[in-house]
Amino acid sequence: MSEPLYSLTIGQLSPLLHQGEVSPQEVTQACLDRIAALDGQLNSYLTVDAESALTQARQAETRLRSGEVTPLTGMPLAIKDVIVTQGLRTTCASRILSNFVPPYDATVSAKLRGAGAIFLGKTNMDEFAMGSSNENSSFGAAHNPWNRDYIPGGSSGGSAVAVAADLCLGSVASDTGGSIRQPAAHCGVVGFKPTYGRVSRFGLVAFGSSLDQIGTITKDVTDCALLLQAIAGYDPKDSTSVNLLVPDYAQSLNQEIWGLKIGIPQEYYGAGLDAEVAAAVQQALDTLTSLGAELVEVSLPHTDYVVATYYLIAPAEASSNLARYDGVKYGYRDPEAKNLLELYNQTRSQGFGAEVRRRIMLGTYALSAGYYEAYYQKASQVRTLIRRDFEAALARCAVLATPVTPTPAFRIGEKVDDPLAMYMSDIFTLSANLAGIPGISVPCGLSSQGLPIGLQLLGRHFDEATLIQVAHAFERHTDFHRAKPRL
Amino acid sequence: MALTPELVNHVAQLARLTLSAAEVELFTRQLNDILGYVEKLNELDTTGVPPMAHVLEISNAFRDDAVKDSLPVEQALQNAPAQERGGFLVPRII
Repeated sequence: MSEPLYSLTIGQLSPLLHQGEVSPQEVTQACLDRIAALDGQLNSYLTVDAESALTQARQAETRLRSGEVTPLTGMPLAIKDVIVTQGLRTTCASRILSNFVPPYDATVSAKLRGAGAIFLGKTNMDEFAMGSSNENSSFGAAHNPWNRDYIPGGSSGGSAVAVAADLCLGSVASDTGGSIRQPAAHCGVVGFKPTYGRVSRFGLVAFGSSLDQIGTITKDVTDCALLLQAIAGYDPKDSTSVNLLVPDYAQSLNQEIWGLKIGIPQEYYGAGLDAEVAAAVQQALDTLTSLGAELVEVSLPHTDYVVATYYLIAPAEASSNLARYDGVKYGYRDPEAKNLLELYNQTRSQGFGAEVRRRIMLGTYALSAGYYEAYYQKASQVRTLIRRDFEAALARCAVLATPVTPTPAFRIGEKVDDPLAMYMSDIFTLSANLAGIPGISVPCGLSSQGLPIGLQLLGRHFDEATLIQVAHAFERHTDFHRAKPRL
Repeated sequence: MALTPELVNHVAQLARLTLSAAEVELFTRQLNDILGYVEKLNELDTTGVPPMAHVLEISNAFRDDAVKDSLPVEQALQNAPAQERGGFLVPRII
């Protein structure tokens, strides 16, 4: 094999590991060397534990020899730093958790270890997953590998960069309003947010509990199916996970899409959509049509209210979830505090960054006496209307196809002083979290400046399989997922 | 419903945050921008629309009330900023 090991996909590497043609140590070392060479410029990892990774690689080697293998055995992965990993520092890119070493594994972490995967380290993100650019990290922005002056997207920016730059074979991350799909689109990789309830969130540090979902960032759709298979399923430790049979997602690969109905929500193609994004997505729709899919025009009439609804509900839930960071049980504590109130106030004011404090303020206000009905309850009612829009649209088609983002990646620094403008860049991804439906982002082109563009497919509750089917059909007939940034 | 600097300070206190004068000024402006934008929800008549609290139709996910192993005390305390005699140590409260 002439290609370097780090550049392979999970699907390509898995048989080589199983047949003993390469060892997990070689693959892990190849990734570690590449991280050492490139991550100084990209800042995609917050923690790399080379020694532990090589130990895990030796254990995977033993497993491979014994024949007790899964498609992920010996596969070096990167874990977003919002998912707890026993013995491996987990910071949420926040000063307040900068020294936190979890005493237990998230269910997803335990499942991946059980499958024989290797954890290289933890990836950079917007603090507590609040952001669309990875600029809100307390440990510095991650950089887009296609052009380091541009944002990689967020909040899972580090995961998308690490996958796009071949600094790992794949990554698990979280998506509360697009945090997997948007950075995947900006970095030219595949991002998947499953249905709310499909993957256990035990050990995912909570941001917006009615919205948060764990998913995958991978180099292609095959890897997406393999990684999703390993993490999906009911977990008694997460009361919001659902006890439904998990299909064999590999069965959805290599299927045709003849006669399959794809809905085109007109509201996602209106004013404000960048011309190059519109053209790339239109070309993707033409490809899907040429494969036999039938395009159906549908309407999501409450689209204009999605951003407002989300930016009340998510901060409200965040303000409640983040009350636990009080300097008492774990994390940063202001050593100067003289009494309990000072301990709370000073620890939280010094420990949280600006965007996290802004959202805590917004959420606290929206939930406070006298304002709850006007803000949180109103938003929750509109959320019902948004969900009904999707139910009506998805009754007429199997999946919806839309752009992931209104524009390609923007420049680092461009929107940091204007939170509302930053929030508006999430317009096409927030709705899937409000409705709880699954969504996938696949690469569908490059802008004239050489920045990736993504196609989003949205599906019915718990119908991840059809999304994988359509995404894989598209991928088989296009080359966008093979494009790599020059590094 | 414009936010005043006084109200911003009040909300900060509810959230156990201390803001500098410059932050109060900045947050007052930025939060008013955001709240002004979300006012658009009032264009919609939501009379009789049930609020959506949860994506799934799950209520009361019960488990057996059985004793199981929990984290050993040393591990539960391993991240504590300060500890004493098996407990979390905080500044004097009273």
